[in-house]
Amino acid sequence: MRIAIKQRHIPLAATALVLAIVYAAAAMKFPGFFSLRVLVDFFKDNAFVGVAAIGMTFVILSGGIDLSVGAVVGLTSILIATLVRDHSVHPLEAIALALLCGSALGAVMGCLIHFQKLPPFLVTLAGMFFARGLGFLVSGESIGIKHPFYARLMDVGLPLGGAATVPLTALVFLAVFAAGVYLAHFTKFGRTVYAIGGSEPSALLMGLAVGRTKILVYTLNGFCASLAGVVFSFYGQAGNPTWGIGIELDAIAAVVIGGTLLSGGVGYVAGTLMGVLILGVIQTAIAFQGNLNTWWTKIAVGVLLLVFILLQNVVSRVSVRPGGAKRRPAAAGKTPV
Amino acid sequence: MRPKNPHPAGRREHGAAARLFWPLAALALLLAFNFVFTEGFFRLEIRDGHLYGVLIDILNHGSRVMLLALGMTLVIATGGVDLSVGAVMAVAGAVAAVLATKTNLPFGAVLAAALGISVVAGMWNGLLVAGFRIQPIVATLVLMVAGRGIAQLITDGQIVTFTDPRLVFVGNGHLFGLPFTVTIVAAALAVTWALARRTAVGLFIECVGSNETASRYSGVNVRLVKFLVYAFAGFCAGVAGLMAASNIKCADSNHAGLYLELDAILAVVVGGTALTGGRFYLGGSIVGALLIQTLTTMMYMRDVSSDVAPVPKALVIIAVCLLQSPVFRGQVSGLVRRGVRRLRPAGGKAS
Amino acid sequence: MDANEPFLQMRGITKTFPGVRALSNVDFSVRRGEIHALMGENGAGKSTLIKILTGVYPRDAGRILLDGRPIRPRSVAEAEAFGISTVYQEVNLIPHLSVAENICLGRQPTRLGKINWKAVGARARQALARLEIAIDVSQELSSYSIAVQQMVAIARALDVSAGLLILDEPTSSLDETETAELFAVMRRLRDQGLGIIFITHFLDQVYEVADRITVLRNGERVGQFETARLPRIQLIAKMIGREPEALVAAAEPTAKIAPAEGTAFLEAQGLGRRGAVAPMDLAVGRGEVVGLAGLLGSGRTEVARLLFGIDRADSGEIRIEGRRTVLASPRRAIEKGLAFCSEDRKTEGLIPDLSVRENIILAMQASRGPLRRLSMGRQTEMADHYIRALDIKTPSPEQTAGNLSGGTQQKVLLARWLAMQPRLIILDEPTRGIDVGAKAEIEKLVARLAAEGMAILFISSELEEVVRNSRRVIVLRDRAKVAELAGSAIDEQAIMHAIARHETEKPSSGGPA
Repeated sequence: MRIAIKQRHIPLAATALVLAIVYAAAAMKFPGFFSLRVLVDFFKDNAFVGVAAIGMTFVILSGGIDLSVGAVVGLTSILIATLVRDHSVHPLEAIALALLCGSALGAVMGCLIHFQKLPPFLVTLAGMFFARGLGFLVSGESIGIKHPFYARLMDVGLPLGGAATVPLTALVFLAVFAAGVYLAHFTKFGRTVYAIGGSEPSALLMGLAVGRTKILVYTLNGFCASLAGVVFSFYGQAGNPTWGIGIELDAIAAVVIGGTLLSGGVGYVAGTLMGVLILGVIQTAIAFQGNLNTWWTKIAVGVLLLVFILLQNVVSRVSVRPGGAKRRPAAAGKTPV
Repeated sequence: MRPKNPHPAGRREHGAAARLFWPLAALALLLAFNFVFTEGFFRLEIRDGHLYGVLIDILNHGSRVMLLALGMTLVIATGGVDLSVGAVMAVAGAVAAVLATKTNLPFGAVLAAALGISVVAGMWNGLLVAGFRIQPIVATLVLMVAGRGIAQLITDGQIVTFTDPRLVFVGNGHLFGLPFTVTIVAAALAVTWALARRTAVGLFIECVGSNETASRYSGVNVRLVKFLVYAFAGFCAGVAGLMAASNIKCADSNHAGLYLELDAILAVVVGGTALTGGRFYLGGSIVGALLIQTLTTMMYMRDVSSDVAPVPKALVIIAVCLLQSPVFRGQVSGLVRRGVRRLRPAGGKAS
Repeated sequence: MDANEPFLQMRGITKTFPGVRALSNVDFSVRRGEIHALMGENGAGKSTLIKILTGVYPRDAGRILLDGRPIRPRSVAEAEAFGISTVYQEVNLIPHLSVAENICLGRQPTRLGKINWKAVGARARQALARLEIAIDVSQELSSYSIAVQQMVAIARALDVSAGLLILDEPTSSLDETETAELFAVMRRLRDQGLGIIFITHFLDQVYEVADRITVLRNGERVGQFETARLPRIQLIAKMIGREPEALVAAAEPTAKIAPAEGTAFLEAQGLGRRGAVAPMDLAVGRGEVVGLAGLLGSGRTEVARLLFGIDRADSGEIRIEGRRTVLASPRRAIEKGLAFCSEDRKTEGLIPDLSVRENIILAMQASRGPLRRLSMGRQTEMADHYIRALDIKTPSPEQTAGNLSGGTQQKVLLARWLAMQPRLIILDEPTRGIDVGAKAEIEKLVARLAAEGMAILFISSELEEVVRNSRRVIVLRDRAKVAELAGSAIDEQAIMHAIARHETEKPSSGGPA
């Protein structure tokens, strides 16, 4: 029996390394970086991407993908704004309704994907179009949320000794993160997600509740996406149907850079958190730099994605079983489309 | 004595005609609906020797997606997908605009550079997919993200306006009364068709998508085939990018081609090519693109905000997927059979 | 409860699929504390029987009694609830999860909804202890060898339910040491009272570990035997359906051609691959038909794959026309004039979306490259030619290949390779699924091709076919070459005896490395 090498941890270790390097580099260049306030700001500024990315982690772990996240963010925000302004609904109720909406959309997509065996790529693409258009149906333009409750929310925060207070948005992010970790590592649901992503046929043969779990995954992601929309609306104190364009890409990038395999079955929620932070640090560093323009972020993210994808490729090739007496189908696996 | 060619050169073509039926029928339905219910949809007029009208607009605006769909068809036929074509469009437009305004390079060179870079981008994708065996969705995601950044880098974040009349002609000119973009699409279709059907490339693409292992065992150079289709998709994206930039006389790296890859994929799927690969239908993809554009234009004409147009698109995607899904078809035919049985008079077959 | 009453009794099991009768009135029983081998060649019905037992398929007729009680398992979960578990050849577990998790997946011990990982580990260790195995259960499953993964799968199966354990071809990917370990575990479990169904095609292993053997053939039970009382030759005879004594000299062979003089077209020396076949020598001359005989799983297709460049050899070399060649890929092999008509036409042969014509011309077109397209006239000509020559039953050459019957598909595949006019063609089960009349046609074709100078490697599980068509026969058993017969020495008896020959005459190269 060989000594087992935790090969699957390599991408996660790499992520941590990258985060450390990137943060150290930024901190060396910009002394202001290395402060509690800046750290808190990371969590605050990236809360919405973070929440979305954590939901996306589960989807990708199960071997699927969800392109509708950005559209749901916009839809959620405008839904809340309309309800509050035009229907005099209390923000809390509006938020609850919006979360329900997002989860329902996720559930519908999950059902189409599981029962009808439609490809997740296309179904969630349709979901994206649908949610985006729906947002505009609700209102063609941005609507401000002028409600005392909302304004007070921005003052909510957890004081952290020193000079920093952790604002509500960051707290939401951290709460979702904690919930994500718990779900992934301490519930049967989470472990089934990993099993489905690892090998769906085996999961079926092992008697796991594959269908129910898949639908729940998309529902959960819908919930996270709309929660991200709620957080976004906190920032802007408004709702806007155009918000969220491209968030799904950011979420996917964070998940991949966080060490989760796009084919599913391997990855950690903690990795996604690090991925979000890496993206945040890069963005902030580039902004600090001043003379570097924002598109360098895109290029940097693209490069990082490439590195991690190549890394994942190498690692998964190496951990193929020795011996190989069993004839292996030579075609590489099909895309999780 | 057997006649020379007893089997007409296409049950293959017959098959294509059959597959083309549904998207064409849907398009015809849509057009008929507009004929009846939408004022002025079919009105055509001639001004300055050029044809104008809503139908012409559809052809013109849809030209980008049609071009993308041509390249995307071949990629999807091999069982892959290319998410980066929108970003490559932006890059091509950026390169052309910057070279046209900031250098004295002749028009031909500008064109060559823009298209050349697009092909290189495609080859990059091909290298990742065929060489490194990375999943297409993952591999092309990289360029999708980075590509737009590169385009923005090239234009330095500005919108670069150009005035070179030849460059402007690409997206705005007219030839034989029709917009030049239509000519470009027609030419591209002809070239793609020739490439696919007049050489064995189409055959190879179809077998790789249908059964990659068997293809390899039969001596098909699977890696080369895959590499080439991505390079070609890059080329198509380059042409589309030039058309898009030319149309607005500037390169807008933030918005050029945004989400167009998704429309292209939709057009291909609607057109009859399965997402898992195998047989492909170039004509179908064109019809699919026209269908999408007609829908968009129709909404615009009926004063539905273009922002809401995605909703019917979503329904179309789901409808097409369901129709193509064997699970759904099985359920429907089961329902139909049960319904027919119930309609049969008593005393017939007991169920 | 009568100690001799079988724990499991299947009586009169019948199952028909559209067009084929998979099982016909089959009886099968397993005692407590027994290792019972289930054997049979292709199409015998083994897997159907097991799938009925484990609830994957419903049976058409018959009864299943477990401990005297009739049961009707309708799903894998139900079968598991009855105590029937299966471990498959592919070890259907989740590779990137830990051993402990794989064992407990779906049934993790929880405390108030929260998984208790310590308990998971303990439970896993306990399950493995039953097999007397102790490994680090927190490691990822895929970091262990297949042999260990199988143990984990067995541990899980037992943890879920413990009465009857079905092992489906468990030793295919194991080497000798690992197989011995597996057998030790199996014996331990048997001694604990478990009933084990051992599906395999390795003769030696059956004799090593099984208490009883049931042989199926063509959906019927040929017999149930005590291993100790069944000579090997009898077992082989039962499996292939020929009585050793009752062998009439086969009809005058059609292809006993005069020996081709000169060097062989293809010579392989010491060709082998770890886990596939033991190093062996092989040669095929121009105009010579060499048969490759052996039972299912003996390594015939593995040899073909090595010769055609699909798999890389670990040892040995290949010479073509005297010159050393490395066949690194099918394209290389095709360039050298080789052709391979695969037995697994579905995955490796036919392109289902393409038409008959396109399938036939594919290899030819591939060798010409993308630019020199075969004209439509030429393609139709070729297609028509082979449709006639092989009597391919299709309404037209444009018919989609995926819709054809199995036998017809086989012919299309054959046509593809014949169209290449190769110098050596490897035919792996070329007549599988083809009706008798067509078989004769194909054999005549083989003879004619050989007469025209083609070298042919003829692989078949039907002994009389191999005997009839080959000038020389190489006999394989358990992934190694055990004999080579030539000329008049070739007959079914001899082949069967070669396969049956026991340890005392083990081939010099030893089992698969």
